[in-house]
Amino acid sequence: MAASHNISRRDFVKLTTAVVGSIIGAAVGLPAVGFLIDPALKAGGKDAWISVGKLADMLVGAPHPFSFTLTRVNGWERTATNYGGFVLRRSEDPQDILILSSRCTHLGCQVNWREDAQVYICPCHDAKFSMDGEVLGGPPPRPLDRFQEFQVDADGNLQIHVKGG
Amino acid sequence: MWQKVFQWLDERLGLNDLYKAVLDRPEPKGNWWNTLGSASLFLFLLQGATGIFLSVYYTPSPDHAYDSITYIMNDVTFGWLIRGIHHWGATLMVLVVFIHMLRVFITASYKYPRELTWLIGVGLLLATLGMGFTGYLLPLNQRSYWATIVGTQIAGSVPFVGEFILKALRGGVDLSALTLQRFFAAHIWMLPAALAGLIGVHLFLIIKHGESQFPTKED
Repeated sequence: MAASHNISRRDFVKLTTAVVGSIIGAAVGLPAVGFLIDPALKAGGKDAWISVGKLADMLVGAPHPFSFTLTRVNGWERTATNYGGFVLRRSEDPQDILILSSRCTHLGCQVNWREDAQVYICPCHDAKFSMDGEVLGGPPPRPLDRFQEFQVDADGNLQIHVKGG
Repeated sequence: MWQKVFQWLDERLGLNDLYKAVLDRPEPKGNWWNTLGSASLFLFLLQGATGIFLSVYYTPSPDHAYDSITYIMNDVTFGWLIRGIHHWGATLMVLVVFIHMLRVFITASYKYPRELTWLIGVGLLLATLGMGFTGYLLPLNQRSYWATIVGTQIAGSVPFVGEFILKALRGGVDLSALTLQRFFAAHIWMLPAALAGLIGVHLFLIIKHGESQFPTKED
């Protein structure tokens, strides 16, 4: 049989077993993996415009804290998550505004504004950020994130554009 | 290379002896009725695997049990398939275990030296029925609820200690969050542990004694 071009019985059985086994393995394995990682494949929430307060109430040159809650449907329940940030009016110009997220860029804790030291401090790992969000010390890899898109509506409310996760 | 790895393992684990004892043991002439024990074992493993997967999404809380099942059925990728296999596998397992028991009874395989295998089998049957009873409540729909009301009420009809048994099963007088939680604990921890242990001894005895000869006309 060694010189024959035909496949030997043993090799045929091996090949068939491997092919059929792989098909069965995939038929069982792929649904199983899909089942486990399903939430990671789903889209996040929707984009939204969130009002963070009246522009007239915000002092120029001092960070104005704000917070809002976003609700997303996760599985069988609605999950409300709190977000926060600071509005910094750099001048009277209603377009000259810096809006920072209070989520520390290190590992996601909430930073607080310290009036006495004029810095944002993260309570988790002592990160320090300047008033406009630049890193002054500690482990963060980049400045505080900014809400780039904002608008002031007819009633004078400052609104920020929040993207769904 | 692989031969060397295998040899190294074999020297320490005795794989060859294990193979000879477990899979290469002498058997009486094959008969399809003799495969029902293996079928029960396969179904147990299948229920275990699909059950572990379901526990990724299921939550045993009265507020969310039904919602989580609905989520598994409608939203999770292949959730309908995993739960479907678990649901029908449960029914099939009770059926196969029962026919397996009937076969052993009819062929008189429970006689010496296999009485202990039979007794452990009785324990396995009861644990399997327990799995069915506790699992039935978990979706917490109307049928689950009333089936458990009736089932626990039947257990409560025992003279003298019935009241106590009913309260112990339900975790109180009413069918409540405590009932769901303890049925869940029994369903995923206690009964599977009991089943796994009993199956271990059951299999050991089968390998030790070998399978029984099918009775002939003379018997």
